[in-house]
Amino acid sequence: MNFTHLREKNKMNTETLKDYILEIADNSLILGQRFGELCGHGPSLETDIALTNMSLDLFGQVRSYYQYIAQLSEEEKTEDDIAFLRLERDYKNVLLVEQPNTDFGYVITRQYFFDVFHLMLMQQLQYSKDETLSAIAKKGIKEVSYHKRFSGDWLKRLGDGTKESHERVQKAVNDLWPYTNELFEMTEAATAATEAGVGVDAGQLKEPYYKEVSELLKEATLEVPESKYFHKGGKQGVHTEHMGYILSDMQFMQRTYPGMKW
Amino acid sequence: MSRNSNDKYLKTLTETQTHINPKLLDILKSVPDPEIPVLTIVDLGVVREAAILEDGTVEVKITPTYSGCPAMDVIGDDIVTAFAKAGMKAKVKLVLSPAWSTDMISEEGRAALEKYGIAAPLDATADKEVLLGNKKLVKCPQCCSKNTELVSQFGSTACKAQFKCNDCLEPFDYFKCLT
Repeated sequence: MNFTHLREKNKMNTETLKDYILEIADNSLILGQRFGELCGHGPSLETDIALTNMSLDLFGQVRSYYQYIAQLSEEEKTEDDIAFLRLERDYKNVLLVEQPNTDFGYVITRQYFFDVFHLMLMQQLQYSKDETLSAIAKKGIKEVSYHKRFSGDWLKRLGDGTKESHERVQKAVNDLWPYTNELFEMTEAATAATEAGVGVDAGQLKEPYYKEVSELLKEATLEVPESKYFHKGGKQGVHTEHMGYILSDMQFMQRTYPGMKW
Repeated sequence: MSRNSNDKYLKTLTETQTHINPKLLDILKSVPDPEIPVLTIVDLGVVREAAILEDGTVEVKITPTYSGCPAMDVIGDDIVTAFAKAGMKAKVKLVLSPAWSTDMISEEGRAALEKYGIAAPLDATADKEVLLGNKKLVKCPQCCSKNTELVSQFGSTACKAQFKCNDCLEPFDYFKCLT
């Protein structure tokens, strides 16, 4: 199956466009994989199903992005090659999404921190001059709003829940907070994409993002961390120690049985 | 019917059908949704366009209900098979725009869903109130009571949420509203 609109007549360089798409798409792939790990291991049947449903949405979005990249590529590439045959340094996802499923508090906090950003990004990306990115974003908005409702509700429930849930989710918030700032970092590709009217100026999302997240944390009776130190590197392909494990798990099938399709 | 956006709905439906070549409609209507077999892909609204090209090939454009809907590949294959049986060669294209919405489900489709035991989607405002747990508006497809309760925002497939009826105590799926 193909998209009806093939190559966009962008003013920007195709390689730069591909890099920019990877920056967005890889987040959904890695977070989707993290959710997928919880299939059959969720804390309750309903949350288990919810997490895998969201994983499916994210993988669906990823397929659209990777199919588009494959079409933009000169060499014969498929979406599977892009998903499974790159090396760690070639993945551009932020460090936040690769953080482990330590407990349900971490799962929800990581998701909420990402969902708020993800929705804001999609809401801007729908106005992209690139028709394909715009279409993927418009489709994604509907799904991501639903995700945010789930993670936001759970964050409130855990924060304003029992003493135990409150303490544990506060720890997750404190630990994951230093990974949030990277979401707004502008790479060369993102800057070029923004200048071409294709990408989103993530820097402009920063203020509304922290405002929204802080308000929800307060509502959840949680403290907003004051840490000024933030991790970064994911967008340059420099990942945390968790990434290798994710990839070895995720890429095992493709590397063992080359050419298989997902 | 608890929807209040009927005008918009009819317009969308007309638009959907004007893009389908009438000669192809019967064959397309013979293809069921793989996960909800009582619903044809036409009634589900995933068929956006169907045309006969100059060389006689049929071109069908379909759109996913959700980005990750695993049924799309199967639907594509089923369309090709259905046309092959009729001696026609078909190719399928996936389109993302305009994004599918529950307004694209036909009236027949909604009735088929209810009959099958899946509550049909409400309009967007009502849907939000229901999923936020504020109001009881979803009708139990078994006993028609509106004394129903959300169990989980996510159900057996990406397009459904889980409900239970407080009167007949049956659990059931609700087809989430997507607009």
